[in-house]
Amino acid sequence: MGATDIILLLDSSVRFAVPLMLAALAGLYSERSGIVDIGLEGKMLGGAFAAAATAAVTGSVWLGLAAAMGVSVVMSMIHALASINFRGNQIISGVALNFLAAGFTVFLGHAWFRRGGTTPNLRPDERFANIELPFAQEFGQVPIIGEIYEQLLSGHSIIVYFAFLMVPVTAFVLFRTRFGLRLRAVGENPKALDTAGISVAMLRYRALVVTGLLCGVAGAFLSTAQGANFSENMTSGRGFIALAALIFAKWRPWQAMWTCLLFGVLSASQIRLQGVEFPMIGEVPVQFIQALPYILTVVLLAGFIGRANPPKAIGQPYVKER
Amino acid sequence: MSVQNKKFTGAKAVLGTAVFAALMTGTALAEPALIYDAAGKNDKSFNEMAYNGAEAYKEETGNSYRDFEIQTDAQREQALRRFAQQGSSPIVVPGFTWAEPLNVVAQEFPDTHFAIIDSVVDLPNVRSVLFKEQEGSYLVGALAAMKSESGTIGYVTAFDFPLLQAFGCGYVQGAKAVNPDIEVLQNFIGTDFAAFNDINTAGEVGRSQLERGADVIYAAAGAAGEGALQAAADAGKYGIGVDSNQNYLFPGNMLTSMVKRVDVAVQDAFNDEANGEWSSGVQSLGLAEGGVGAAVDEYNEELITDEMSAKLEELTAKINSGEIEVHDYRSDNSCPVS
Repeated sequence: MGATDIILLLDSSVRFAVPLMLAALAGLYSERSGIVDIGLEGKMLGGAFAAAATAAVTGSVWLGLAAAMGVSVVMSMIHALASINFRGNQIISGVALNFLAAGFTVFLGHAWFRRGGTTPNLRPDERFANIELPFAQEFGQVPIIGEIYEQLLSGHSIIVYFAFLMVPVTAFVLFRTRFGLRLRAVGENPKALDTAGISVAMLRYRALVVTGLLCGVAGAFLSTAQGANFSENMTSGRGFIALAALIFAKWRPWQAMWTCLLFGVLSASQIRLQGVEFPMIGEVPVQFIQALPYILTVVLLAGFIGRANPPKAIGQPYVKER
Repeated sequence: MSVQNKKFTGAKAVLGTAVFAALMTGTALAEPALIYDAAGKNDKSFNEMAYNGAEAYKEETGNSYRDFEIQTDAQREQALRRFAQQGSSPIVVPGFTWAEPLNVVAQEFPDTHFAIIDSVVDLPNVRSVLFKEQEGSYLVGALAAMKSESGTIGYVTAFDFPLLQAFGCGYVQGAKAVNPDIEVLQNFIGTDFAAFNDINTAGEVGRSQLERGADVIYAAAGAAGEGALQAAADAGKYGIGVDSNQNYLFPGNMLTSMVKRVDVAVQDAFNDEANGEWSSGVQSLGLAEGGVGAAVDEYNEELITDEMSAKLEELTAKINSGEIEVHDYRSDNSCPVS
């Protein structure tokens, strides 16, 4: 395996990591505010469907993105209503959203497009195109550094760059702004915040709007940037892996990015390692290679990060004392 | 059965029109029925092909048929039973998910004929239609090897499963028959049935094969397959579709499609009953029976050279005559070539 292969592998890893990163950051806002969000998967799926369906009907990928964010925010607000106003069980509300998305997307797809639950294939101009950075072609001739620029940094869709931009933005918002300080506080000790005269419910609502927006972008990436149509349950567990990455990263943005990239590398190398002969061992059964990302996750989670301390008030509905 | 008896007692009561009514029911009795699988009539794939077969029967014979789209799994037994009670025969159900409900209902109506596609239900009144996917895959493999300039072609499938391995094994055999030095990359998208819908991973698997030099990719992975075909089309290379004719998806970048003629199976079942030639038991449709094949239509005819179509005909003739025997992975769970 030469340098070019490794660069291409990392390139593929980035594409695997982006939806995870966006979903993990989305979950970060929600969970830091004290609301467990197991419904990331469902919101992504809803977003993916809305993006693909809208882009197919209107021909505009940007309207598709807007629709994805809209649908995802609406779903997030249902979760907010259930867990903030009605003080329901947040896990149950999240699971309900996942089921809702899984069933509703196929139902609507079936009714509108009559293609067995999938949406029509999008033409190139109805998808997010890959952006070539300036001089990528020319600079790509330079060995290694040029190839890294051409393959790894250039030639991604705008959502990829947006996802990487959101990491420092989230870190800044969380640790350097008033909203971030309050967000962290409301997840740790909502009572203190309430005593200071700040509305706990309002703050949590705002956090969940951001969660919805980011999940919508993640969904749109799956169906209109990386892929070109929607199919039943196309997220296939990415929302849960994002949640695992978030816990692994101890609810911190930069660490969440690195974790998602690690998952991305594992997923991408899994494809390359299928059927490869290893020295000394020979060919390893494909199932083992495919299980590798999950085995490593368990090992890493069990051995290396120690205790993951969640925000203290997570999962508990806030009840004002009367 | 009690419902049926009641119905007939009711009919006898209306004596005046009884004879006429009986005649009418008599013609209705022969009406064949088709019940689609969960994806529904217009799924642009498997079920739509079944529908096309029924339509072809209607057009050719002038006879009518009845069909039904189920909304939930619970309706499977119910729908089968209702059609059987109303006297439809044969009742054709496409898809292996029908095996269990059919097994129950077919025993309740031993005089009604049933046909299931893609699975085996071992009952005296059931015809089980299977396809020799390996033979169709052999042909598209040969086409892929002839089209490839890089000497590397790819096969993307959902997960490690005998049926899917049979596709891949036939593909490799066909490719090696044309070019013994060809390298065939084979990759799985996932580990379970969810892989049939994971378009994005399928796309990445396709891209990884393209980056390793493949210039023709055969995708046998249900809805997810489109991800790999899309990757091939984006890169300006060629894809090969599966099950239904998918050539229209990316005109100019679809080399061909390995079609399973579900329509032929449905039409045959209807015709056999109408002509009094019904036979139960397992029926294997291969190249010779017109059950599988490589699709050539207006979308891909420019990609298939005269030399390629000549070779295609030659191989088809050899398989039909038995000169070439395409190994079926499912017979011994292994593939002689890789």
